[in-house]
Amino acid sequence: MIATESLSKRFPRVTALDRLSLDIGPGVTGLVGANGAGKSTMIKILLGLSPATEGRAEVLGLDVATSGAQIRERVGYMPEHDCLPPDVSATEFVVHMARMSGLPATAARERTADTLRHVGLYEERYRPIGGYSTGMKQRVKLAQALVHDPQLVLLDEPTNGLDPVGRDEMLGLIRRVWTEFGISVLVTSHLLGELERTCDHVVVIDGGRLLRSSSTSDFTQITTTLAVEVTDSDTHPDGTATLRAALAAAGVTLHEGVEDGLPGAGHILLVEAAGEETYDLVRDTVADLGLGLVRMEQRRHHIAEVFRAEGSQEQQEVPTR
Amino acid sequence: MSSPAQTPETTRIHNIGYRNYDGPRLGRAYARRALFSQSLRGAYGLGRSAKSKVLPMILFAVMCVPALIIVAVAVVTKAPKLAIEYTQYAIYLQLVIAIYLAAQAPQSVSRDLRFRTVPLYFSRPIDRVDYVLAKYGAMASALFILTAAPLLILFIGSLLAKLDFATQSKLFGQGLVSVALLSLLFGGIGLVMAALTPRRGFGVAAVIAVMVISYGAVSTLQGIAYGTDNVDAIKWMGLFSPVTLIDGVQTAFLGAPTAFPGGAAAAPGAGAGAVYVLVVLALIAGSYGVLMRRYRKVGL
Repeated sequence: MIATESLSKRFPRVTALDRLSLDIGPGVTGLVGANGAGKSTMIKILLGLSPATEGRAEVLGLDVATSGAQIRERVGYMPEHDCLPPDVSATEFVVHMARMSGLPATAARERTADTLRHVGLYEERYRPIGGYSTGMKQRVKLAQALVHDPQLVLLDEPTNGLDPVGRDEMLGLIRRVWTEFGISVLVTSHLLGELERTCDHVVVIDGGRLLRSSSTSDFTQITTTLAVEVTDSDTHPDGTATLRAALAAAGVTLHEGVEDGLPGAGHILLVEAAGEETYDLVRDTVADLGLGLVRMEQRRHHIAEVFRAEGSQEQQEVPTR
Repeated sequence: MSSPAQTPETTRIHNIGYRNYDGPRLGRAYARRALFSQSLRGAYGLGRSAKSKVLPMILFAVMCVPALIIVAVAVVTKAPKLAIEYTQYAIYLQLVIAIYLAAQAPQSVSRDLRFRTVPLYFSRPIDRVDYVLAKYGAMASALFILTAAPLLILFIGSLLAKLDFATQSKLFGQGLVSVALLSLLFGGIGLVMAALTPRRGFGVAAVIAVMVISYGAVSTLQGIAYGTDNVDAIKWMGLFSPVTLIDGVQTAFLGAPTAFPGGAAAAPGAGAGAVYVLVVLALIAGSYGVLMRRYRKVGL
């Protein structure tokens, strides 16, 4: 789907991409990096809108330097920022964008109705976009990227600004774009946690360099961590310490790291989850001790963890598949 | 994805799932035309909210009503000629044209900048040049419709009043050339002003300022020059406002009576007229160039 070969992009003062070589196949691929890591620059180059300083890139087997228009006819793009005029309806806007992709008027209308239904917009699609919630706007943005039935969509931070429920819905939708629609997806995010549930493959870049490229199962094995918080009781004045001791005795690996800056950070135990049974074990241990379980949640992994895990190693370019 | 076999007596709604599109993809030239027609329709509020239809439609009516009155008078009184020349019409109603341009040029380009729709366009097969051509073409066409429609009314009216067909056709043709040039010139200036700012209000103010203030300044100075007997200076001053530029071109080459103070003596002849034409063409080309530069940085 996408292949780059020592792709570099240098601006007068910054190097946005530094000899990046990637080979991305069909499926859902996450492109993870902190703000300014070069994700958006990468997308611009892939759409043929910004020339690379050196190296080359191919999308769908077409060279980005020479075949930009053909690529853009077959690729969908959802920008990170707002891009919707408030005074037209979703239907009118998406029909117009479909025609801008080269679809004849009748096909544009049919595809618009289909696509808006698939992203979950129904009656409200006839109302002006200005009155939509953030979640609905994100769906319209996704719809305009899918309306011309591309072979590949590039989604730039599609979960930005969404609440947790909206986030999960959007991620589910992205998953369906591949599993049901058969459209490959390149999705960027600065949160590794949300991508590992959605993507088949994750590419991590930092400072324009490839940090890591592997299938998501590898990430999950390393980083599944549970955050557990319990109450104190009369018999156990320090519930956290008691539970720590009990879990350690049961053979569970506990992380010593304390999360900074969170309320009650000192009372949160970080438990490494080996599998389903760890959840049961924690629940049973807490119950046996007679403590109240305030929370037990999968911690959202931050990109920084990959840096911590990989930081000591030499940065190496691992070809994807 | 395929729905199971259906028996006639059971009616069920199937989720037919995702359907792929195998139809034609018409590419860049088609996309450019689609943007052109969307922008042209938008300039009259078509395909937009009811509110945005009000102003352009009122201005269109205001442009046409005087023509209807003139025609009615000519038909009733059986006058030997129309009360106004085709070429004069747009000059007399220049304020209406300026208001239309000030309202619609920012509508056409500032919205795309403000709501950041421009990057979406450039993620489609079109290029910068397609965007600029489509927007410029649509604005000029919208102005042409606004200015040519009353001329058409005058022409049809003149035929109803049984005026000489050959003469009227020639004058009508000259009028059309004049408003076509005016549409290109005004459209370019309006879009450049509007494209400099994503704020629609600034765009409106800038267009009004350029069109109205420049004309006011030029005609005031021309009046002073006339009063101080500097008749020769009058025709060169006309180079500094869009309206007087068009006036100069059509006086020199399209048989129009001039609106400059001093009349025929002050009007540019063929030599000065050529300068007028060059300036008009340079401004049109310049507007196009500025727009191309303006959108160089906007992609994504």
